[in-house]
Amino acid sequence: MNVIVIIATFICVVGLSTIFSLLYRGVDRKLVAHMQGRVGPPVVQPFRDVRKLLMKENIIPDGAISWLFTAAPFICLITSALLLFYIPLFGQEALLGGYGDAILVIYLLILPSLALVLAGFASSSPYATVGAQREMVIMMSYELPLAITVVSLAWRIGRVADNPFMFSTIAESPIWSLVGPLGTIGSLILLFALLVVTTGEAGKVPFDIAEAETEIAGGLLVEYSGRNLCLFYLADIIKTFALASLVVALFIPYNLSPLVGIGAPVLAGIVDGLFFLVKAFAVMFISISVIRTAVARFKISQASWVYIIAMTLISLFGLILLSVDLMVS
Amino acid sequence: MMQEETKKATYTIPVGPIHPALKEPIRLALTVDGEEIVDADVFVGQVHRGIEWLGMNRNNPVQSIYLAERICGICNISHPFSLVMAVEQAAGITPPPRAEYIRAIIAEMERIHSHLLWAGVAAHEIGFDTVFYLVWRVREEIMDLVEYVTGNRVTKAMFQIGGLRRDITEEQFPRIRQSLDYYKSVFDQLKRVFLDDKTIQMRTRNVGILKKEDALKLLICGPSGRASGVPKDVRQDQPYAAYADLDIKAITPDMVTGTVVGDVYDRIIVRLLEVKQAIEIIEQCLEKMPPGPILAQPKIAVLLKALTQAEGEGIGRAEAPRGEVIHYVRLEAGQSTLATWKVRAPTYVNLMAVPTILKGMQIADVPIIFASLDPCMSCTNRMIITDRALRKKSIMSYEEMHRLSLQKTEKLRR
Repeated sequence: MNVIVIIATFICVVGLSTIFSLLYRGVDRKLVAHMQGRVGPPVVQPFRDVRKLLMKENIIPDGAISWLFTAAPFICLITSALLLFYIPLFGQEALLGGYGDAILVIYLLILPSLALVLAGFASSSPYATVGAQREMVIMMSYELPLAITVVSLAWRIGRVADNPFMFSTIAESPIWSLVGPLGTIGSLILLFALLVVTTGEAGKVPFDIAEAETEIAGGLLVEYSGRNLCLFYLADIIKTFALASLVVALFIPYNLSPLVGIGAPVLAGIVDGLFFLVKAFAVMFISISVIRTAVARFKISQASWVYIIAMTLISLFGLILLSVDLMVS
Repeated sequence: MMQEETKKATYTIPVGPIHPALKEPIRLALTVDGEEIVDADVFVGQVHRGIEWLGMNRNNPVQSIYLAERICGICNISHPFSLVMAVEQAAGITPPPRAEYIRAIIAEMERIHSHLLWAGVAAHEIGFDTVFYLVWRVREEIMDLVEYVTGNRVTKAMFQIGGLRRDITEEQFPRIRQSLDYYKSVFDQLKRVFLDDKTIQMRTRNVGILKKEDALKLLICGPSGRASGVPKDVRQDQPYAAYADLDIKAITPDMVTGTVVGDVYDRIIVRLLEVKQAIEIIEQCLEKMPPGPILAQPKIAVLLKALTQAEGEGIGRAEAPRGEVIHYVRLEAGQSTLATWKVRAPTYVNLMAVPTILKGMQIADVPIIFASLDPCMSCTNRMIITDRALRKKSIMSYEEMHRLSLQKTEKLRR
């Protein structure tokens, strides 16, 4: 009985998140189109894309390592979906929140990218090979500022609570309630760094270097089609949703129901769920839609520089502000 | 950053004949080491259509004008312009002054639309789609104006040997001025977007550098050459049509930045300033345009007879948006068609620069560097010999080509 309930909950969470992430992708495309002065596709377009891709022929190129080529999309989708179990979603505790923390999530975030790299090397196309190399470089680049941001946040929270890497601890003592004015500025800087990292993790302009349509014709995914491409597409949007949820869980872990005084559990759940969607949307709007409208694609060396040098320094500066704030108060 | 870590094993990446970065078929073979380009080579000939041969086998030279228009969809003024000038020179026809002015006006309209089109494509190549949409929306105004003036958006069918087919009347001036005012009002915004944007600068500065010596050695023409500091412009050096009456100065990037680097950024500057220059030229033309007929010989039958009787050769040179386009024409008495027609489009010379400017750059730079020459493949054609019986394909070597050219010259001399 218990097992069935757990499995049902898992399916429910994955299903709900997939639907909302598809919707968000549609909204993102529509908003970007409006910002560019276009009409844009309907909001439900991602659903149609998925349906269309599932109907298309699934081609495996002759030179490809067939089993790896087929396995990579599954690995990518499964690892992306795994993220959903460890990150708090819809204002509720994470499903496996008791078994994993922010550190685990950082590790899990690497896996979909690794699957993409595998896919690139397995497809035996020069474009995909270049794409895979670029994906590896960009992956190694954003790791450092991401780690600094999460660790500095946990370090500050760890001063007042045990287990600072647990999302439940972060939710109980949000960073903003702990710090003074200097620390607030520091936290804002960390938030900024994390938002920029999110763009790179999600692989959107200016960091869509691994796919770069005009340069390497789709890069990693150039040989993929049909069902396999659909799996990558789903993995991509689920990962984007998970990333937005991660930013929400780390920096805006507030719930609306205690503030407005709703006690009834079902109603409170709905209100918190909707509030979570608004928060996640705000994060996505800033780190995906706006950035992707406002800039041109970087070269791999420039993107690396942005992360390894610029963002690392910025997040370190945020950390310094946090510690100065701690000394002052 | 990547290059030091990888081993020195190079491999070849084919770009094209069909590739998202290329708007028309051409093949670049890039030898890369990690992300760095070690060597590059260009293979053309994927869009050879035998237009020159077709043009020599029409019923008369007037029909060939419409073929010349279809050499390229974007330069569909420059090509008929040079052809018409070449035929006029060969047959000794002088177009009336009013026609010369209108020709200049529509040639400049073409320049505005072509440069804006290029700017949008360039933005797309570096992944800046917002600017791409912005520029193409701005470009829509000139397309509407072209349609208003000529009746067509793309192939304008304005040219006739000895003049023009359609006049620009006094009533049309306000509408033309309105469009020009619109461009003047958005010009500063465009300039800010392209020259001040941080990411555009990151992707275009010190990228794809073509030094002045190289540009001179490789005979690069048009905006690509001017961006390297070679002040060559047919409109300035050998003024044709109404350009002699106007003051035109070849635009070089040092007018804005003070120095000439010869990179992609400089090519953006040159094209942007040329849009402004084109607006000014159209305004001057509208002011100075003399009244009078637009055709030297309105009766088509008389014109065709004169062309059939004419004997001689002519060269038409025009400054297309991409550079100098040359048409060579030979007329023989008693022959109603063009005896010889040779087209040399600007991209043909400009492609020579591709290996030079790609070497040492990154793969990510290829689309924008290649696009920065504003290449137009359908203008540029070369020969591939396909023997279907033997299933053999060969590209003619230089020696072979040279030998055949000498033979042909001998034949023509006789």
